[in-house]
Amino acid sequence: MISVSALNTLKFDQALCTGCGICVDVCPHGVFALNRRVIHVVRADACMECGACQVNCPFGAIQVDSGVGCAAAMIRAALIRKNQVTCS
Amino acid sequence: MAEAAESIVRPTTSTLTWADRWDHFLARWAVNRRGHRVAPGLYALGNPTADSPVFVTANYTLSFDALRSALTGMDGYILALDTQGINVWCAAGKGTFGTDELVRRIEATGLKNVVRHRTLILPQLGAPGVAAHQVRKQSGFKVEYGPVRAADLPAYLKTHEATPAMRRVRFTLRDRLVLIPVEVVVALLPTLIAAVIGFFVGGLVTAAAIIAAILAGVALFPILLPWLPTHAFSTKGFILGGIVALPFALTVFLGNPNTALWLRVVGALTYLLALPPVTAFLALNFTGSTTFTSRTGVRREMFAYIPVMAWTFGIGIVLAIAHASIRILGGA
Ligand code: SF4
Ligand code: SF4
Repeated sequence: MISVSALNTLKFDQALCTGCGICVDVCPHGVFALNRRVIHVVRADACMECGACQVNCPFGAIQVDSGVGCAAAMIRAALIRKNQVTCS
Repeated sequence: MAEAAESIVRPTTSTLTWADRWDHFLARWAVNRRGHRVAPGLYALGNPTADSPVFVTANYTLSFDALRSALTGMDGYILALDTQGINVWCAAGKGTFGTDELVRRIEATGLKNVVRHRTLILPQLGAPGVAAHQVRKQSGFKVEYGPVRAADLPAYLKTHEATPAMRRVRFTLRDRLVLIPVEVVVALLPTLIAAVIGFFVGGLVTAAAIIAAILAGVALFPILLPWLPTHAFSTKGFILGGIVALPFALTVFLGNPNTALWLRVVGALTYLLALPPVTAFLALNFTGSTTFTSRTGVRREMFAYIPVMAWTFGIGIVLAIAHASIRILGGA
């Protein structure tokens, strides 16, 4: 697994990837692109850690520490010392 | 849980009534937040046959209605998952729009006996909660991710291929505008309290400045988001807050020519220090409403800017109290 951006936790392992292309379909920020059955991480910095790619990759080639990028939820979680962060 | 009532297919239409629109309006204004639901289960749109497509959505009225109104003139089935009245994206993040609920709902509705094919069309924004390969393994149904926006469905259905544009989230002015009412409603009571306190400490100008700073954060900020300079929400908020506080600071500075200069400077500084961090904090909170801020990014922003907000706000408040006491004691 190789980290692809300094701005987020997205990691990708080319060796596990079969080029099935599901990650291209589910990503709402165009992070992946498929070119001749090979996946390229083209907009790594745009990843907002929604987790859709990791959840849907059938071959475990993607890892991301997913969660909501919501300050209010994180502050609430920090205040009540809870690790689970969800939006209300 | 296979509830007997769910094995029926309920009829629905693509037409939105005035009652639907009223419900959407109330949902946007955060009235009865969890109450905007349709019953989970299977719906028949038009006159579907065993070969008609099946669309999956959340049981939040805004999600359900966006889907059915986008499918005007088409026949198909709608499978509404029980997301407890929460939209697809947020429910997918929580996992209620998820693999388990989808598989359960397929069973509970007897979908296999209703359609001959084994394909489901899901909204792309449901993907964080649904593992397509797991759904196939557990239910036999193949998940096909449709476009982000229901409005793109007619174009998508012609080829079952989404263009890159259909796959991208946008955050248009309209998308941002519809979020404002909720923000305003949530801020209403704290704003009133703060304005009343401000009125007794500093008079009408102070009360107006407080209201302006908060409104800037909850209403002006979402509108101006793409045009504010800098990248971080906090710094954008500071800039906007500074601009909004400026007229009030100038009013205090220029409006009392008979007061000592240093007192006027302190008075003006109070506004410039105490108010922008309020706007910035509300701006930072708006990250929760967007679809492009990552958790890592927001966490970094919180560590970097919340201390700055706390300090400037604290100093501003101390100055305000000092300024008010001097005025009262000095009789100026
Ligand atoms: S979903 Fe996984 S295996 Fe398929 S193309 Fe993407 S990374 Fe590769
Ligand atoms: S986590 Fe979400 S935004 Fe990031 S690459 Fe995966 S699908 Fe795209």
